[in-house]
Amino acid sequence: MTFFLVSSAIKVFVVFNLIMVGVALLTLLERRVCAWMQDRLGPNRVGPQGILQPAADGLKNFLKEETSPAMADKALFTLAPIVSFVPALLTFGVIPFASPLPTKWGVVPMVVADLPVGFLYILAISSLGVYGIVLAGWSSNNKYALLGGLRASAQMISYEIALGMSTVAVLLLAGNVTLSQVIAQQQQGLWFVIPLTLAFIIFFISALAETNRLPFDLPEAEGELIAGYHTEYSSMKFSMFYIAEYSNMVTASALMATLFFGGWDIPLTSWDSTGEPTVVKTLATMAVFGLKTFSFLFTYIWVRWTLPRFRYDQLMALGWKVLLPLALVYITMIAAAIWYFRVQLGWTYGPGMAAALGGLNLILLIAVVWWLDRGRIVSGSMPQEAA
Amino acid sequence: MAIGVKVMKRPTKQTSYLRATLKGMALTFSHLLRPKVTMQYPEEKSSKDWTLSSRWRGTHRMLTDEQGRAKCVACGLCPQICPANCIKLVPGEDEEGHRYPLIYEIDEFRCIFCGYCQEVCPEEAIHVGVHYENSEYSRDRFVYDLERLTAQTHPVSTLWDPSDPKGE
Repeated sequence: MTFFLVSSAIKVFVVFNLIMVGVALLTLLERRVCAWMQDRLGPNRVGPQGILQPAADGLKNFLKEETSPAMADKALFTLAPIVSFVPALLTFGVIPFASPLPTKWGVVPMVVADLPVGFLYILAISSLGVYGIVLAGWSSNNKYALLGGLRASAQMISYEIALGMSTVAVLLLAGNVTLSQVIAQQQQGLWFVIPLTLAFIIFFISALAETNRLPFDLPEAEGELIAGYHTEYSSMKFSMFYIAEYSNMVTASALMATLFFGGWDIPLTSWDSTGEPTVVKTLATMAVFGLKTFSFLFTYIWVRWTLPRFRYDQLMALGWKVLLPLALVYITMIAAAIWYFRVQLGWTYGPGMAAALGGLNLILLIAVVWWLDRGRIVSGSMPQEAA
Repeated sequence: MAIGVKVMKRPTKQTSYLRATLKGMALTFSHLLRPKVTMQYPEEKSSKDWTLSSRWRGTHRMLTDEQGRAKCVACGLCPQICPANCIKLVPGEDEEGHRYPLIYEIDEFRCIFCGYCQEVCPEEAIHVGVHYENSEYSRDRFVYDLERLTAQTHPVSTLWDPSDPKGE
């Protein structure tokens, strides 16, 4: 028991700090990648290659004057940043980030809390994040902030459904909601991105919307809502929203890596998941997990500096008219296919079944892309009536 | 669509969001790897793509003769031609009859950097300079006196030459 408590406390401390440092570096990465994509250099003055820029930003935010609108609801106004910040960090608690670490006192699983209901916990907690944004918008007593908050609630609720639906396919295939089991399943066969490509795509798009990133950053929409829900926030409170946004990105990326890209699994080898756990294995798998998460984070940033923001009706149309029906149809088909393979043919999950499902996905993917490509829902210059 | 708005029927290739997205992503990624155009200013003041033109008209410089005296003979042409009226000149004369400026001050805040003073100067004494870094702690430091003007070391402007309009 003591061992469990001590090891958990250490893990909480380490994970919290890793995320905080990661988020800090991510803000720098965002600015530098943005600059590079615009043929600029970006912040490179504070420390070598600007590596200390986040520290300077943090210091600035601590020292800035904190303003509070006179007509704001003080209690909720203070609570809102906390409410958006805490769930962003809580969700990371159930994500396994490396293979178990052997110590003198016993083997430590490299996850803060390997909950049996891991995935459901993530869905539950990540939905709480929207409260922070809505409360911020409402308590500011500012019409722009309120509009931002309203948009955020509508958007996040819409995409939450598509997000949840897309993961149902993963849970069907894994037969378990514990994330460590989901990873173990993927180590036996192929990564779930192959048998569940479409689910991954739906998940990815929904995750962009869930984290309020471009092209779905309508709650912020600096052009029309002057930063939306955090218009009235300054200094550290504003920083909390910022950190929350980036923590959400880290969690969403880690989740994509876990659910669809094998978590900490090193591809093309079973060395990492079989045999005695060693420190080398833990470090190697942690690096691989970090790399996978990083590649998703980079994609987030890449998408942000490429795409313009959706119009609000386009956003809603994409969520309700495309992703949700698509996810529902997809679950039905995948469930039928899994039932056929498991029950009728008596297969268990392995490369064969993954490849068969992958083929099915390929066909579906081509059909979906063909349909979306006609531009019926998210049309550019063509109005919907004329299509 | 509102009444009377003509809607063009465009081919899928032009209206597809997916294709536009992929094209855009490819474009931004290619820019990620391209050489950057930023000049690291305080360290790097000119690059192979950009240097200050030799015709640049910046803060003034008074040239001196071999004895280190200002070349100015206080003829009064520069305050006469100056459209901004920023040159203050009080002429003096020594016992040999040589004219020299007792007071020669240029208010760089009033100056519009037209370069007429350099153009009109018969002695090639006053020049506008190829120089742009002029920060000071107080406004009155921008009234350059004769001592300050002769102490400047930056290159002088070549101005525009009508016989060689492209500067070749």
